[in-house]
Parts: sequence; C-alpha cells; structure tokens
Amino acid sequence: MSNAATTETKPAVETIRIKVDGREIDVPKMMPDWQGKMVPTTMLQACQIAGGEVPHYCYHPKLPIAGNCRMCLVEFGTPAMGPDRKPVMNEDGTPKIAKSVLPYEPTTPRGAIACATPISPGMEIYPNSAATKQMREAVLESLLINHPLDCPICDQAGECKLQEYSVEHGQAESKFVEPKVHKPKAVDLGPRIMLDDERCVLCTRCIRFTKDIAGDDKLGIVNRGSYNTIATYPGTKFDNNYTLNTVDICPVGALTSKDFRFQMRVWFLKEAKSLCTSCGTGCNIVVGQRENKVYRYEPRDNDAVNGPWMCDSGRLNYKWIGRADRLSQLIKKQGDKAERISWTAATKEISDKLRAAAAGSVAIIASARQTNEELYLLKKVATKTGALTDSVARNGAGDKLLVNADKNPNSNGARLTGIAGAELGANIAKIAEGIKGGTIKTLIVFGEDVTKHGIGIDLLGKLELLVVSDILPSKTTEAAHYLLPGCAHVEKRGSFTNVKGRVQKFMKAVEAPGDARAEWEFLHDLVHNVTGQNGFVSIEGLFNQMATEVPAFNGVTWASLGDKGVTVQI
Amino acid sequence: MIVKRPELSWWERIYLPAILGGFKVTGKHFYRTVFQRKSVTMQYPEQKWTVPEGYRGAPYLVKDPDGNTKCVSCQLCEFVCPPKAIKITPPGPDGQVADRVNAEKMPKEFEINMLRCIFCGFCQEVCPEEAIFLQKDYSLTGLSRGEMIYNKEKLLNLGGVHNGPIKKWEHKLKEAEEQESFPVKQN
Repeated sequence: MSNAATTETKPAVETIRIKVDGREIDVPKMMPDWQGKMVPTTMLQACQIAGGEVPHYCYHPKLPIAGNCRMCLVEFGTPAMGPDRKPVMNEDGTPKIAKSVLPYEPTTPRGAIACATPISPGMEIYPNSAATKQMREAVLESLLINHPLDCPICDQAGECKLQEYSVEHGQAESKFVEPKVHKPKAVDLGPRIMLDDERCVLCTRCIRFTKDIAGDDKLGIVNRGSYNTIATYPGTKFDNNYTLNTVDICPVGALTSKDFRFQMRVWFLKEAKSLCTSCGTGCNIVVGQRENKVYRYEPRDNDAVNGPWMCDSGRLNYKWIGRADRLSQLIKKQGDKAERISWTAATKEISDKLRAAAAGSVAIIASARQTNEELYLLKKVATKTGALTDSVARNGAGDKLLVNADKNPNSNGARLTGIAGAELGANIAKIAEGIKGGTIKTLIVFGEDVTKHGIGIDLLGKLELLVVSDILPSKTTEAAHYLLPGCAHVEKRGSFTNVKGRVQKFMKAVEAPGDARAEWEFLHDLVHNVTGQNGFVSIEGLFNQMATEVPAFNGVTWASLGDKGVTVQI
Repeated sequence: MIVKRPELSWWERIYLPAILGGFKVTGKHFYRTVFQRKSVTMQYPEQKWTVPEGYRGAPYLVKDPDGNTKCVSCQLCEFVCPPKAIKITPPGPDGQVADRVNAEKMPKEFEINMLRCIFCGFCQEVCPEEAIFLQKDYSLTGLSRGEMIYNKEKLLNLGGVHNGPIKKWEHKLKEAEEQESFPVKQN
C-alpha cells in the first residue's frame, strides 16, 4: 500500500510541431502561465523545451509577462501563404518559410520577443542565428548605456544576469562616449531593501511581484526617458513581509538586501538545500554559508509548497544559529556540582536510569521543531518506559500567501509519530500534575523551555532526573541534570512534515559547535540501550525504518523524498 | 611525447670545448678579482640588490594620491589567490564609511599571510581597482607566524601611494555633480 504521491498520469496534450534551430520538435499548444491558467505556449517556452535558453530579464515564469526588456528577441519565420491562402511549397514539397522581416525593408530581419509571442504550427525559431545574436548584442548595449559598471562594489556580482549576458552576448566596448546619466544610489526603499537606480534595467519584475504576488502595490516607475527610476508611492516605505523576494528576482544589482549588504561575495558561499523552520509552511530554502557561518537563506523552487518565494521574517530568522551563547558542552549536574562529561558516559548513565525507571514514572516533552526521525525515536523510548508524551503548540499570525499560523515546522510530524495528539500541548497539564503528585519522577525535554509552558522551576526541582537537550540556554536548561547540546536544523539532516502533510528533507550546511551532536544520533544510542532494539545509524536507514513503522509514512523512502518532498495523508 | 636526444658531433663529444668554455668564465672572474680588485659578492644585508622592473616582491595595498584606501573589498584577490594567503573581512551593512564615499565600500580588515604568499601576482592582475601591487620587498622577516600575517594598516603603510591614471570614482563623482538636472532629489 502506498499513500505517497505517485506520478500523475498526464492526459494527452495537444501539440504543435515547430522547428527550433532547424530541429523539429512537438511542443504543447497550451502551457500554464504564472497563475497556472492554460495559455498559448510562447516561443521562449518552446525554446526551453527544445533545450535552449533564451536570455531574458523581465520574463519570470511566476510573474505576468511584461515584455519590456527586449533581451529575448529572436529571429523567426512562419509558413508562407500564397494569394490563395494556401501554404506555398518549396520544390522539394516542404512548406516555404517566410522569415519575419521589416515591412518595406525585406533584407532586415524583424525579431519578436520570445517571452510574449505565441507559437503557431510550422513556425521556425532561430535562437542562435547571426541575426538573433546581433539583436541581443544591440539590446545589451542599449541596456548598458547608463549602467555604472560598479561590479566590484555590487552585491549582485557573481549572480548578475547583466554580467552573465555581457560575457555571453555582449561587446567588449561601448560605442557611447556621452557621459552616463547618474541616478540616485543607495536609496533606502524600505526596512530591508536598498535600491541603486543606476544599476536598474527597468524590467519591472519587482513592481509586478509586489502588485500581483504580494498584493501590496507600492512600487512604480517615475520620471521619463533616461531618468526612469523605481520608486515607492510618496511617503510610504516598501515594507511588506515579502520584499526580499524582489532582491532574488532583480536580475541586476538594483535591489539588494540590507541584511546581506557588503557581507560576503556570493561566489564564496557554499550552498545546501534546506527548509525554513519559522512556520508550518516549510518553505524550501538554500542556505548560503562560508567557513561555518550562515550568511543568508534564499528560497528554493518548489511549486508544491512555496513556489519561488519566501517571507522576509523566515528568511532573516537565521542569526540565532551562530549565536555566541549556543550550548556547546555536555554538562552533568549533581546538586551544585556541574561537570563536563563524554557522550558515551552520558548515554550510558541516562539509559541505565531510564531502564530502571518504573512504568509511568517518565514523561517526555518533545518539540514540534524536531525532525520526524527524532520524534519517532523519542516515541520508541516513550513506548518502552510507558511515558506520557507531548510537545508544545506555537501559534501566531498567518497570512494568505505563505506564512502559516502554526509556528512549528513539524507539528504534523509530532502528531503522526504519536508524540502529540491532535491538539499539541494537551498533555502538559497532566505532566505538571504528575510531577506535583510525585508520580512522574523523570522528565525528558527536547528543545523547549517548559518553564514557559506550565512546568515551573519549582516543579522541575522536584524531579529525580531531568534530561534536557536544547540549542540555546533557557531556564529549563539551567535546571537540567543532564544537558545535551543539540543541533540547529542547518547542522544536521532530517525531515519535517509541513501543515499540508508534505514530508520534506533538509541537508546539513554547517558544523555544530563544540560537543553538540545531532539529536537523532544520540537518540539512536539511547533507544538501543533502553529498548534493546538496534536501529539504523544513518539518517537514510532511520527514515526508511520509520516509514515502515509509522503508518502515515508507509511507502515513502528517503530517496523518494527527492529535493521537493512527498505529500502524505494527515 | 618522445624527446629525441640530439646527435652530438665528434667535436662536441670530446667535451674539450665545453671545459675550455668553463675555464674562460672562471678565468674572467679570477682576473676581475685578483687584478682589477672587483668583488663578485656583496655585503648583504648592508648592501642590497636593486631589483629589476617587474620584479614580483611582496603584495601591498596602495592608497590613491589623496590618501584614500583604493581597495573596495570586492574579494577577487581572495578568490584568485592560489595558496589562500589573503583574507578579507567585508565591512557589512553597518561598517565604516568608505574613504571615497561614492565607492561605498572598503575592507574592514585585509590580511595577507606572507608565509603562505607565493608572490605569483594574481592578486595584482585580478584587482579591478588597482589597489594591490607586488612591490620590491623580497626579504620579509618576523619572530612569529602571527607577525607574518600583515593586516590592513601594515599593508597600507608599506604600500604607499599609487599614481595611476585611472580615477574611476573621482570621475563618476564629477560626472554626477555636473548633472544637476536630475529630477529626483534624495532626502
């Protein structure tokens, strides 16, 4: 039985036969536009299907088409029609192609913008012809007339389309000798965005994004001709929760992130595929790090979850990872005496105590910020010791686009693995009661400050054994008898189940500080010691084992998650 | 690839011409030292060679004639440096204002580990701002490894002033100032 998403059987699509660079190819007649509505396929999409890329600035697959940068101009031809409205044939019986030319100047090819021109049967597109190349060169030259060429100080350098296309399609020197038009630089557009007007190529991607995707129509172009500038509506700031996406889609260095401004050159950043943990949506991200320091999050394309976007609050929520007060030592505390011990010793001592614990005297408060695998392992400990388990609910404000009201990245993981019931946190009062009544003597806490959730310091003091694993210090970690330093999600591998039941995996980007160790690694040892069951020592094996034992994950494997995840029944 | 051993003629095979050639050089030096009293050695380090033009000594940072730091922290030298001797700390969003305000940016820290440096000159070649040059110092000494890591201040002091003909930022500033007609005024 498999309830994992299987490959959908696609209905037969109507295709059109065209030629791209002389090669015949069948392309669908209609393709989804930025909203997913079926519209006639464009020449640009046809070229992409044929395996070639047409350079472009203003076109973005998830934005309405503007067709203003002219970079995607291509030479093309359509079957010639005779006066009788019948196709004219060549001598060899093939249809004669009439190349698009300027009216009254039939020797000059007339290109069309590939992003906005639909294909028609028999059309021939020449994305690599000499005429196309000349058109590109000319457009690029025109875009560079007033470009300041300050790449050494531009944060976009290294991922700039203007740089890339200049290398591929540009000319070494400009024919323009006139002084460049200077526009405002380092304009404060909003709390997170810096604008450099000189670098802008006026593609209007940012304007379309904020109007049509974010629904906050703040940006526009003011002034005329060479003085065109992007600006916010007078007296307002560009400050919605999605502004930083405009930095991603800006093909040049006009819009840059204030947070990332002058921090690091992008070519030094090593990237890892990961997930945003700020809410239950589970936006796919790419973590950029260098020398163990995280510099930025960027959204990663996943149409099943976030498309190419993510919110600003989630994107900027990475600074705690490298905080100086991160827990980095494994501490054992007896009375007032605290000592640093080894993982081997700690695992042995804790498992000995858990094995000796009477049934029902243990409680586990896990976190819905933990991975599916960790929650699954904790559930095993709970089943063996007859422990009461729960995790903590975290609710906040959501919005219509991406931000979810559930601020835990893995609430559904906690539910599916059986750590928590339908309502997270329902058992916490019972656990508090149990500690007060003396029936619960051992408490295991993962990643939560329980003093804020109804189990105060006084109650923690009553416990015979308090095992706490966390990343940052809190009142609970201070009271712990065993303090096990854990890893942030960028320091380990694992999977989350988002609010819609999408199981997605994330990869490791940086090393954890000091003694800190991925939770699933030491939980694996603990489970082995307490229950006697041997498990897998790799995350792949562990996930696959979980998938066979947890009904909701049946049929899913670590490999089948791929980069974009799999939807399960919740 | 097979390199063919050159065929030696009889004259070459007897080696005598080569030996005589060697004697000629030795004899010349002998004559210079004994009869002309000219020495072939020098009293290093009191006396030093003047190194030729284009010599690749230690790389130092230079200032422009107005005393501004030329480096804009683009980190291309750090990227190109084969032994990874260069380490630049970029200014970040709240860093110190650059010496030339319209250049926006200059490094917070710039370190070259002279023990790692191989004096290849790639940094000078790649620099888009003409801010780093391999100069004529060839004898770098220090009492510890830490001392051999030259920081920004030291590199700028050793580098001196560069009088390059290209004054990009000054030119841009002038050009912008002449355009008073730009309709948008910044607050």
